[in-house]
Amino acid sequence: MPYTLEPDQGFDLDIESTEYLKDHVHGPDRWVLNFGPQHPATHTTLRLVLELDGERVARCTPHIGYLHSGFEKLAEHHDYNQYVCTISRMDYVSPIVNDIAWHQAVERLFGIDITPRCKVLRTIMSEFGRIQNHLLCVGAAALDLGAFTGFLYGFNEREFIYDLVEYISGQRYHPDWTRVGGTWRDIPDDEVFIRMSKKLLQERIPRSIDDLETLLNRNRIFVDRLKGVGEVSSEDAIAWGLSGPCARASGVRRDVRKDNPYLCYKDNWDGAGAEAVKFSVPISTDGDCFSRYLVRVEELKQSISIIEQLIDNIPDGPMNVLSDSKAGVPDSAEVYGSIEGVIQLFELKMHNRGWDTPIGEVYDSSESPNGELGYYIVADGDRCAFRASTRPPSFINYQVFAKLVEGHQIADVPAILGSLNIIAAELDR
Amino acid sequence: MTRKPVLEHPTLAVIKKAFPDAGLKATEFREMTTVVIPREKIHEVARYLHDSPDCDYDFLADVVGIDYMGYPVEQPGRFAVSYVLASGKHGLRITLKTYVDPSVDTSGIDFDPELEVDSITDIWPGAEWPEREVYDMFGIRFKNHPDLRRILLWRDFPAHPLRKDYPLRGRGEREHYQTLNRESR
Repeated sequence: MPYTLEPDQGFDLDIESTEYLKDHVHGPDRWVLNFGPQHPATHTTLRLVLELDGERVARCTPHIGYLHSGFEKLAEHHDYNQYVCTISRMDYVSPIVNDIAWHQAVERLFGIDITPRCKVLRTIMSEFGRIQNHLLCVGAAALDLGAFTGFLYGFNEREFIYDLVEYISGQRYHPDWTRVGGTWRDIPDDEVFIRMSKKLLQERIPRSIDDLETLLNRNRIFVDRLKGVGEVSSEDAIAWGLSGPCARASGVRRDVRKDNPYLCYKDNWDGAGAEAVKFSVPISTDGDCFSRYLVRVEELKQSISIIEQLIDNIPDGPMNVLSDSKAGVPDSAEVYGSIEGVIQLFELKMHNRGWDTPIGEVYDSSESPNGELGYYIVADGDRCAFRASTRPPSFINYQVFAKLVEGHQIADVPAILGSLNIIAAELDR
Repeated sequence: MTRKPVLEHPTLAVIKKAFPDAGLKATEFREMTTVVIPREKIHEVARYLHDSPDCDYDFLADVVGIDYMGYPVEQPGRFAVSYVLASGKHGLRITLKTYVDPSVDTSGIDFDPELEVDSITDIWPGAEWPEREVYDMFGIRFKNHPDLRRILLWRDFPAHPLRKDYPLRGRGEREHYQTLNRESR
């Protein structure tokens, strides 16, 4: 092969070319610590080269790409339904949100308006995804500081959300639930779904949030370790393109659900004048790790209230956009009961058929738990996307990380990393 | 499915007035307005969109590279760079796009003076990593970028893999991986 791997590529050289790192004084106590890529405190496969002055971080150079697996190249060879399996594996902490965001972008490309029932269920599930993600992040914030209990309180309830995801999609971890124009199948039984959700909403999750808050909010060690650590000013948050809880903790009011509403966050979502769900966007102005924690806890409560507004009013009717648009997967009654259903199912599955795709480009974004998750799709009329680019919130949010840790102790590195909630699979794709 | 684009985006009139002779072109698809800007003007227009109070695009959502080789509709150049901007104050989104054409063979990582676009990191610092990703995946370099290294792949990876002439399964990089051990140092 025409390339060689040189043993010492010299990260020193890399550091020198990063401008904002230049100011630091070279002291005699400098030493370099290679943090990761395999290290439990990095949560996933991240590598940081930390130049330390005693125990203080003088410079930090993040190296990413250890989990790069060419998802965007795969998108050009998988059709619009197949790619959802890959999308699920990006932000694996709340995979169902990725599914919903991807198919929302695809439906915008196709010009499909999904059914009210599907909108409600997708909103409910994406809020459950948000709860799933924040519970992990809040729990892990405690774990990073050595408090194992908080992690278990958070993780325990995630388990029951997995049960719910399994109930609707058949898979616990990576649901691959959505399809163009709807979902893979309707939920098996509305009553069971509502009962499971209500048990979560009314008993399990509030209890777990209470536990976490009692354990952490006034915990002297926790507060002291997080207050004033990793501060982002609101100007920096805007300039560096932060989104999601990280931006809102810095006082930037940016939430795609309010700015560019979609699904049930939009007025008149069912076409009959239904009001958008009511929720408030929690904002903190400190911009440090503790306010990122508080914003996430508050968002958990908002998510519960959003689901509670919808759970009793799941509309009847079809789940998928059917025969008119020729885009959605028909349900089994349609497939086994009519020739049109069979034809439509086969056309979607066969390699030389598929959708009547428009030629054009769309960018569509939705509010994932970590921030704005966007997809830029270039379509060429084929069954696969010509180019499907992802805007992963972790990737953009991680840029500021090197700036945040500089000047802090090495023990603060996992705390800041955890508060940004970087998911490496989404970062590297 | 052809439909005439509706060019009603309020920013269009503003930039048309500010840059009368820049050769800007606008198009619209599914409520997404795209302004195609010549390569030399992209930094100037982006600066205007960021600074002017009529526009106030403070949020750069993403920088996307696209390779149009084999695209059914003829494009002004082979590669494109798209910038997705959003304005929190006006609640608007707009996409800027610029095209570049390669002058050398695109299968390797050879230096190509033509594949260069002005960096917008001085306007939105958050463009730093997205631009590095575009450079990594497409080989489009960004002039005046503070730290233009490859980001996801290693420095010597022999191709820019999201180009359309790079095969899905690679060119054997995985199979012919050179292993390093103590002796080879």
